[in-house]
Amino acid sequence: MPNPDLQELPATAASPAPRQPRRGNTRHAPVKHHPDSLKGTILKIVLLGLVDAFAVYVLMMLFLSQSWAALGVSALVVLAINWIYLRKGGLPAKYLAPGVLFLLVFQVLVVVFSGYIAFTNYGDGHNSTKEDAISAIQLTAQKRVPDSPAYKASVLTKGDDFYLLFTDPSGKVQIGSTGQALTDATGAGKDSTGKANSLPGYQTLKFQEIVANQQEILKIAVPVSNDPADGTLRTADGSTAYQFKPALHYDAGTDTFTDTETGTQYTDNGKGAFADSKGETLATGWKIDVGMDNFARAFTDPSLRGPLLGVIIWTFTFSVASVALTFVMGLFLAITFNREDLRGKKVYRILMILPYAFPAFLSGLVWSGILNPEFGWLNQTLLGGADIGWLTDPVLARISVLVVNVWLGFPYMFLVCTGALQSLPSEIDEAARMDGASAWRVFRSIKLPLLLVSVAPLLISSFAFNFNNFNVIYMLTGGGPRFADTDRDIGATDILITLVYKVAFGQGTGRDYGLASALAIIIFIIVATISAISFKQTKALEDVN
Amino acid sequence: MSVRTPAASKETASDGGRSPLAPMRRPFGVWFKDKGWRHVVGVVTTIFAVFPLLYVLSAALDSNGTLVGSNGLFSRFDTGNFVALFSDPGRPFGRWFVNTLVVGVVTSAATVFLGAMAAYAFSRMRFKGRRVGLLTLLLLQMFPQLLAVVAIFLLLSGISQVIPALGLGSQLGLIMVYLGGALGVNTYLMYGFFNTVPQSLDEAAKIDGASHVQIFFGIILRLVTPILAVVGLLAFIGISSEFVIASVVLTDPDSQTLAVGLYSYVAQQRSENWGVFAAGAVIAAIPVMALFLFLQKYIVSGLTAGSVKG
Repeated sequence: MPNPDLQELPATAASPAPRQPRRGNTRHAPVKHHPDSLKGTILKIVLLGLVDAFAVYVLMMLFLSQSWAALGVSALVVLAINWIYLRKGGLPAKYLAPGVLFLLVFQVLVVVFSGYIAFTNYGDGHNSTKEDAISAIQLTAQKRVPDSPAYKASVLTKGDDFYLLFTDPSGKVQIGSTGQALTDATGAGKDSTGKANSLPGYQTLKFQEIVANQQEILKIAVPVSNDPADGTLRTADGSTAYQFKPALHYDAGTDTFTDTETGTQYTDNGKGAFADSKGETLATGWKIDVGMDNFARAFTDPSLRGPLLGVIIWTFTFSVASVALTFVMGLFLAITFNREDLRGKKVYRILMILPYAFPAFLSGLVWSGILNPEFGWLNQTLLGGADIGWLTDPVLARISVLVVNVWLGFPYMFLVCTGALQSLPSEIDEAARMDGASAWRVFRSIKLPLLLVSVAPLLISSFAFNFNNFNVIYMLTGGGPRFADTDRDIGATDILITLVYKVAFGQGTGRDYGLASALAIIIFIIVATISAISFKQTKALEDVN
Repeated sequence: MSVRTPAASKETASDGGRSPLAPMRRPFGVWFKDKGWRHVVGVVTTIFAVFPLLYVLSAALDSNGTLVGSNGLFSRFDTGNFVALFSDPGRPFGRWFVNTLVVGVVTSAATVFLGAMAAYAFSRMRFKGRRVGLLTLLLLQMFPQLLAVVAIFLLLSGISQVIPALGLGSQLGLIMVYLGGALGVNTYLMYGFFNTVPQSLDEAAKIDGASHVQIFFGIILRLVTPILAVVGLLAFIGISSEFVIASVVLTDPDSQTLAVGLYSYVAQQRSENWGVFAAGAVIAAIPVMALFLFLQKYIVSGLTAGSVKG
């Protein structure tokens, strides 16, 4: 876990009060603002020109796709950038703007956007507007038109696309493809039965090729005309095609779908879907705002409430235990090896920090091999064929996750504690010894408190990091073993962030972006509260110092 | 691995005390109480730390391939797994390696540059909102980007509809997302370091007629090269391990990074592909570990600087 832990460091770098000796050059500026050199000016013009050229391209594309809100915001950003770099003065902004721009878009805006998604039903089956949903339903719910004629069909390709060539019962030849309505084809070659089987500019698929591309060919739906209500032509075998029509008829006036066979009516149920009187909904819905629904669901839905509480408790247990265990182990090792005259000290040190240098995502995967209950080294070799569920028993899986996380994290704490110990003045040690204190007493009453003052901010950041330590959990257990009391993919070692990922992008279950974002917002609030409290506490610690 | 308080460990360690390292000059008990137990702790910890790495190395060198087959450590030596690793067109390991390098190098270079500019502004200039800006950066880093992974995914899928080259499936889009985290952490590390460069240098240069750009590139950046290297390296290591966002953005196997690709090796059939996965893990880990150990001194001093100052 080299990086993420390191990334928290600056928490302390902030604490030493900024002690700039003098005011910087901006206030000095009146003396004389040296004109930039010619080379610099040219470079500036070229760079700004490139940025603006790109900006114009983006704005044009936004205009063409009619995304007015995005267009407005982008235009403002472009204006701001030009203003910052073209005006005189305002030097700090010129240095800060690029980084801040990325920060605002990909760190701040996305969090705000998460907040918005959390209040919608965005997800599989609810990812577009109502109009899109209506035409999608018309396209997908298709039935063969009763007594419609059979068309003879051949499959052609051009480039990477498949086309169907139809010969209708009267011998008329037409061609079309998914999204390309039927058009008359001229110059088609025909076989002995009168079926058109080739067309200049296209290649005809042989039987083996048809078999090989069956899935693609099944998906081809050639619209009969530009009105989706007219239906499509489809083939099941690559040689005959039939006309299919929407099985559901949409009436714009009453905003209802009617099943053409049973007459069942589906109306807008106000929750982003069409439903019949019994509450059965059509698979394709659309995105609407659902207010606090996602949050309410998280804490009231029986298949979610119990597991979610378990996950929240485990998230706290996991992060507190990880910090405590790594810190105690790191501190113990730091004390053990804080001896100048210990032989082999350097070798120990290098070997012990190896786990820290090993890429974090690989560690979880490697350990999952060692701990695998059926085939793993631990059960098979060390324990001689034992059958202990290191990753499948809920309690053992949690212990395994902690052990692996200690493996990953103790070198960091070892390094940090070694540094902190060495910076303690040696006089205090001597003075306390003179007063007759034992080694343990010196450690407990003097060294440890001093050490904690300097290390506390790192412990807090380490907690925040472990709170979202996705890699260890996901790579080692995938969150499993699954809870028995829910049909969702939630397990005993899941922490909140792995749950977010599984709800949003999990395999098997539908993607539910709304719920995932609501969970992310819950994490956000928890982390914000904890860091607010703990940073206040460390401020207090510093004052004591 | 047991975690003990120092006092308790002295007791527990003393009953297993027959370290071969004991010199004969002093009574054994005295030596052990002073130093011997430290070696016991060292050896035990080292085994705990190193064993998984040896295990994966051994699995990589055993072309038997399955998880069960890898259990006899170093029972076979051959390079079959490495050959298999580079010859599977469905899982282009070579491409993943290059992709990771490209994404990592571009991101970390840009991160260093953006971070250095911001640190220069915070360290050398006084402006309204400077303190608030620094504090905000400090706060923002408590909220890692992966929290907003859903929003990032939807934002990029929106971008794909306007500019496909920057949207989902594009490495450029991924790099842009990563650059959202360029300030924050890195700015802090650099800010502290920039402050140690005496301002009298800038002022002398200014009197000689240097512009702020010349001071930045010509003086400051040269004097803070070590911290630039550390930040760049840390960013690189971080990016090359990043899984969540990369797995969501990069869907085509040809454009994936090592983290996403290697996960796909063992996601479904952990046992069957084990040997080949291990070979991939070894190749993926070696450059990062080599860099880390090579620059260990700088990294550690950067680490401890943070903890000691307060």
